[in-house]
Amino acid sequence: MIKFDQVSKRYPKSQEALKNVSFDIEQGEFVFVTGHSGAGKSTLLKLIAAIEKPTTGTVLIGNQNISKLRKAAIPYLRRKFGVIFQDHKLLYDRNCYENVALTLYINGVTGNEAAKRVRAALDKVGLLNKEKAMPITLSGGEQQRLAIARAVVGRPAILIADEPTGNLDENYASEIMAFLYAFQQVGVTVIVATHEIPDVVKTPVKVLSLQHGELTLNSMTKGMTE
Amino acid sequence: MKKWINQHLHPLKTVLTRMKRNFISTLMMCCVMGVTLSLPGVLYIIIDNLGKLAGNVQSEPQISLFLKLDISKESLANIEKQLKSNPDVSNYHFESKDDAWQELKKNAGASDVAGLLDKNPLPDAYFVNPKSIDPNTINRLQSQMQNWEGVELAQADANWVKRLDTVLKLGKKAILILVVLLAFALIAVIGNTIRLQILTQREEIEVSKLIGATNNFVRRPFLYAGAMYGLGGGIAAWIILVGIIRLFNFSVVEIADLYASNFRLEFPSLTVSIVIILSAISLGWLASFITVNRALSQFEKNTT
Ligand SMILES: Nc1ncnc2c1ncn2[C@@H]1O[C@H](COP(=O)(O)OP(=O)(O)OP(=O)(O)O)[C@@H](O)[C@H]1O
Ligand SMILES: [Mg+2]
Repeated sequence: MIKFDQVSKRYPKSQEALKNVSFDIEQGEFVFVTGHSGAGKSTLLKLIAAIEKPTTGTVLIGNQNISKLRKAAIPYLRRKFGVIFQDHKLLYDRNCYENVALTLYINGVTGNEAAKRVRAALDKVGLLNKEKAMPITLSGGEQQRLAIARAVVGRPAILIADEPTGNLDENYASEIMAFLYAFQQVGVTVIVATHEIPDVVKTPVKVLSLQHGELTLNSMTKGMTE
Repeated sequence: MKKWINQHLHPLKTVLTRMKRNFISTLMMCCVMGVTLSLPGVLYIIIDNLGKLAGNVQSEPQISLFLKLDISKESLANIEKQLKSNPDVSNYHFESKDDAWQELKKNAGASDVAGLLDKNPLPDAYFVNPKSIDPNTINRLQSQMQNWEGVELAQADANWVKRLDTVLKLGKKAILILVVLLAFALIAVIGNTIRLQILTQREEIEVSKLIGATNNFVRRPFLYAGAMYGLGGGIAAWIILVGIIRLFNFSVVEIADLYASNFRLEFPSLTVSIVIILSAISLGWLASFITVNRALSQFEKNTT
């Protein structure tokens, strides 16, 4: 469903962030993208989410070549993804509820239907009691979870998380990982960028390792049980 | 359908709460628009009323019909008949050459001239008041009458009407130019306000676009904001206009009464009111449309 073919990405006035990367991701897979800082993990995720376009090569999302997509079609493609950004990209002048609701408003869902779904999403990440709080008053972990709520409230087919456990303690980290697994269990394709693959992996996962923009490893691991 | 309505209702609600929060600056914006828009409105009403006033003036344009000296009885009867049946003629009166002669003789100074002549040189004449003061109608009437059997000369005294009409037309053109200039100024002012709002919501726009917002979605609240400024400005302009007219009528009543005239400035009609408010709304909408589109293409240059 996601296919990279000889993809290179060069930002203006910068070195190549990705060099000749090719891989496939099937529907319902759980994928880890690993690598050192600056390896190109975030770049890879942005290419998947149609936020950036490849400099060369082709990126196919469900048989759509994003380089050839009409400008007006891109928003609709982006709505298939729920993205948890590395820097959260929360809106700090809106409360938690409004932050999560934004996704739904963009999808044209408003009113009671939106309220119901926003509360369900906040409940799932344990932030229902902070509905009216401003994001700035939340802890780092809570902000992370708010970002997750915003990403999943639109019921995306593909969930993309850029270092969702970045600076969280181990407890929180495994909690969030468990959360992402749960999504994969119900058929969502989950793609997670991380420095290190957690020791405990519950399902078979695909690992894409990047080094200085080159794909050095593309393998399936077996699911381990604790 | 319900979804579509909600997609419009929701940003509208957002905009209204935002405006309520920044009530003072919103009010200021509407006042600026109101004052600016009322200016051509006042001018229009003055010119419109001047035109009506000119229509009321007693000394209406007249066409003098001097008849041939040797006019036959039939021609005379014919002219009389035509005048009576012509729909453009309001009223007319006949002055025979003898009456005119007597009048001339009566006039001091002229009696000497009359004395020198042993025969009455004056022709019979009709003085015709047309129904309309429109110069074109009068011209047409005049040339029509000139061709009547037995008419020596049909002379229209329509010059001043023509002149006033020209001035009024010129005034209306000047208003049009003024409106265009002021519209540009207002577009700049509203555009600037919207631009500042876009800047403060820059992050929201960027994030929205990253998670799949269309340009329409981004545009909508700003378009509504522009239209709302327009609505407020249009209403303000209308209030100012009505206020000025009331104030004017208040003082004009005394003067008009002195002259036994019931001249009053007329309040803007329903149509004029709707036109004022609708054009204000479109102006606000247009201003923010231009501004948002420029901002959006700017954003697109910065990302991807
Ligand atoms: N918008 C940008 N403009 C220019 N260069 C960029 C941009 N984004 C990333 N880069 C460069 O591309 C390379 C890869 O960046 P990327 O963010 O993909 O790394 P990363 O693997 O996500 O790193 P980290 O683990 O620190 O998040 C880096 O060298 C970075 O400097
Ligand atoms: Mg990164």
